[in-house]
Amino acid sequence: MAEFIALLKNETVKILRRPRSYIGFSVITFICLLLQFAFYQDGKEILSFVTQPLENTFAIQGKVLNGNLICFILLGTLIVQMPLLVALVTGDIMSGETASGTIRFLLTRPASRTKIVLAKWVASVLYTLALLAWLGIFALFGSRMIFGVGDMIALSSDTVTVIAGDDVNWRYGYAFLIASLSLILIASLSNMLSCIMDNSITPIVTAMAVIIVFTIIGTFEAPIFDSVRPYLFTTHMASWRSMFDDPLPKADILKSCTILGLHSVVFLLISIIYFKRKDITT
Amino acid sequence: MKPAIRLEQVSKQFGSFTAVSNLDMEVKAGEIYGFLGPNGSGKSTTLRMLMSLIKPTSGNIEVFGHNMNVARNMIMGNIGCIIEKPDFYGYLSAQKNIELMARANGLQYTAQNYLDLFELVGLNGRQQDKVKTYSHGMKQRLGLAQALVHDPNLIILDEPNTGLDPQGIIDLRTLLVKLNQERGKTILLSSHILSEIETIADSMIVLNKGKTVAQGRVQELLSNEDLHVEVEIENDIEQAVSLVQNSQWAKQYAGQEHKVLRFELAKAEIANLNQFLTQGNVRVQRIEFKRQLEEYFLKMTHN
Repeated sequence: MAEFIALLKNETVKILRRPRSYIGFSVITFICLLLQFAFYQDGKEILSFVTQPLENTFAIQGKVLNGNLICFILLGTLIVQMPLLVALVTGDIMSGETASGTIRFLLTRPASRTKIVLAKWVASVLYTLALLAWLGIFALFGSRMIFGVGDMIALSSDTVTVIAGDDVNWRYGYAFLIASLSLILIASLSNMLSCIMDNSITPIVTAMAVIIVFTIIGTFEAPIFDSVRPYLFTTHMASWRSMFDDPLPKADILKSCTILGLHSVVFLLISIIYFKRKDITT
Repeated sequence: MKPAIRLEQVSKQFGSFTAVSNLDMEVKAGEIYGFLGPNGSGKSTTLRMLMSLIKPTSGNIEVFGHNMNVARNMIMGNIGCIIEKPDFYGYLSAQKNIELMARANGLQYTAQNYLDLFELVGLNGRQQDKVKTYSHGMKQRLGLAQALVHDPNLIILDEPNTGLDPQGIIDLRTLLVKLNQERGKTILLSSHILSEIETIADSMIVLNKGKTVAQGRVQELLSNEDLHVEVEIENDIEQAVSLVQNSQWAKQYAGQEHKVLRFELAKAEIANLNQFLTQGNVRVQRIEFKRQLEEYFLKMTHN
């Protein structure tokens, strides 16, 4: 265990010391502040544009534009970019070492290859969680500080759900948990590609390409894709939104979480099996 | 005493290409072992198999009596290496790189440990600089520090002289001899600078096209080998040629170019040849011979 902790410590040092690791944090900060500023300036106009079709059916009263709603909108906007930010660091974690040659330093030490892959995976997961926590701090707590709290209107393409202010916290808690499962899956996918490929950039690009293709297949309303859609992990990555449905689709959420978790485990296993057999010829 | 390294019938196949074929090799504990071969001879592949970067297709590798397949992790804790060229995390300082290496070996380095190590490789005062600011020679020195961080008993160095200035080469040679003689380290040294191997190695192996072409004690292998000797004459060259062709040196005589006579003869005979020429009133201006190992290496690998 001490050996694994030492490896994990090394991986954490490497991530923390690389300038690239801070791109994600900067992007999240920038976008959150930008959108919060936009809502602060023109929030009512933006909101009325969204709620206008509903005003014929519902009477909307009270302080609708609050921190909870802004966080919901920010999450919906940023969650699309988050996989890229995660892949930027985790997709390079092994292939970067192969490309730079430091892989030889790593693999000629006493630790087994399995431990090395695991340490890198855990470091990737920690980075992903830190990124998500950063998003949570800026999107949820930042928005609440600026716009205050209250009941929340959860908007989607075909429904509007009003969540009582007291109910918002635990729903956000679980939503972040599901989002973390989605992003851990991305980290695992990028790690796996990074173990297979020797080039530093290719795993990042490939991970993004997989996500884009799967997302297109998953969202394109064509009958031919109906049978495939439930098996695509991208379909389940948006299930954090279900935490703001009423009634709560518990079975669907549980199923999505299981699929997301299983994907991560499979990607991790493939990484270990492949990497254990890999000849380092570079 | 168990050998430091024993390879038995080790082969490595990449698809249909055989990089190393049925290699047998034994490095005795406490010796400096030269590892020679032209490019593509299977040298790097063998070193990578020794460092568990590549799995052999067949055969057996033992280090200090332990089988690589069984005790790989323990073996790696006893080997320090530079494979091809040392690589580092350029965005980290030299000391931070060493800290990572020490931690990967289960060690916690103190300030004194860092000082001692950087002093040993001649990098004192530069340990806080980022590695990306280091010259090639400095990286080689840092690579050596990385190889020595855990005080291993077996040191495997692949072209450690690359990028070093003449003083650096002398320093490295001195350090390797010191590590070997004073601290009993076994050193496996691969180098294209054959004079280095000839100077410091006890034993050696020569590979060519994935196969062993020579193996044994350096002095024994070279003792029967003729040297390529050039003798530059100051006075009449025609007279010198005639003198040699009509003497017992005619067999060793290999030709003439301008004022230079060429001979193929044993090292011990050089003094006798010189005496013969001077007694025959030939004024010898210069006698030069190529390093013996260089000749031997070319002969073995060109065959």
